[in-house]
Amino acid sequence: MNVLIDVATDLRDYLPELLGGLRLSVILTLSSLVLGLPIALALAFGVTAAHDVLRWACVAVVEFGRGAPVLVVLQLAYFGLPDAGVTLSAQVAATAALTLMSAAYLAEYLRGGIAAVPPGEVEGCLALGMSRRDTLRYVTVPQGVRIALPSMMGFSVMLFQATSLAYSVAVPELMSRAYSIGSSNFRYLSMFIAAGLLYAVIAIPCTWASVYLEKLLNRHA
Amino acid sequence: MIRTILAGLPLTLLITATAMALGTLLAVPLTLGLRAGAPPVRWVCRVVVDLFRGVPQLVWLFIIYYGVSAGDARPTALGAGVAALGLVASGYLAEIFRGALKGVAAGQWEAAAALGFSPATTWARILTPQAARVALPAYTNYAIALLKDSAIVSTIGVAEMVFRTGQVARTSDMGVFVYVFTAVIYIALSAPLGMLSRRSDIKLREAVAR
Repeated sequence: MNVLIDVATDLRDYLPELLGGLRLSVILTLSSLVLGLPIALALAFGVTAAHDVLRWACVAVVEFGRGAPVLVVLQLAYFGLPDAGVTLSAQVAATAALTLMSAAYLAEYLRGGIAAVPPGEVEGCLALGMSRRDTLRYVTVPQGVRIALPSMMGFSVMLFQATSLAYSVAVPELMSRAYSIGSSNFRYLSMFIAAGLLYAVIAIPCTWASVYLEKLLNRHA
Repeated sequence: MIRTILAGLPLTLLITATAMALGTLLAVPLTLGLRAGAPPVRWVCRVVVDLFRGVPQLVWLFIIYYGVSAGDARPTALGAGVAALGLVASGYLAEIFRGALKGVAAGQWEAAAALGFSPATTWARILTPQAARVALPAYTNYAIALLKDSAIVSTIGVAEMVFRTGQVARTSDMGVFVYVFTAVIYIALSAPLGMLSRRSDIKLREAVAR
């Protein structure tokens, strides 16, 4: 049980520093989501576009963002791009990599959600003489987003956990700070447990919330 | 250059397969615990599953690799990697199995009981085969995710594909190409798995009572 005492003292001594890291982890998550969402919506329509080149380009982006390990995309942005003449700061590189990943995953959820809107809805709009634009704006997209919402929340939790990988490109988020404190006081075990608890405090309730939301939305299904 | 990266492929596959096997093995008692009649057992298993899923894999990896020791003995990097990925996998797989068992129609339990099947036979011959079919797509999806997640063991120096990619990228000036090449290998590996799972899912679903 010594470990638990260590964790408690470490949390007491280093909490402000760890919370600073946690704040950066949350900022990374939110900014990638906010930047990724509009791109995702564009990609969701792009992958079903009639124009061949456009469609293939969008499919390529989605498949790359979903199929490549996050760590590879992160290191590509930070260690790889300088070889192509683009040097980004660690935080910008991490945000760019996580944005690409969010856009790709969210595009798939949105596409699935929009496809799940009953065809009768669109036919109804046609019958009412609504324009294609209005149909999308007022009928298809709002309902599609609602259907996709639980999976998008689930993804957000995954993304939050994935920000820990930004440690490998030297972004001073929670994991980096836990590591650097651990290497100065040699209490790696308790530092990483403390960091894990801080991740869990956010991730677990958010997972519950997404499960609850799914139940709520499926009430009438 | 390409050969150096591909030399890490067997290790990537080995880690994925071992962690998946470990996760499946650990998920079985967890699944049973999540369905247990005694509330304390259920609660403990719920907390364990939530912690496995709620703490990032990298944190588990570092807890095990840097934190765990018995006397002078410390885990090897490979062992720590498999253990961390396996633990997290067991949490996710337990949830998948639990959901799949719920997906087996209640009439199947009742019919088995009515026909006087013993609990062991009911599980072995009726529930598991049907639940396995329901669980298959999610199970394969997790395997694909694990293949990609196995890349994190490169952070503790296991010389799998991503670790080697980093080494190659540092010594060449073609960083973009090198990383994209590795990404494409991962994508190429997961595509057939996904296709296989979709195809077998359609076939197997026909054999599940509703």
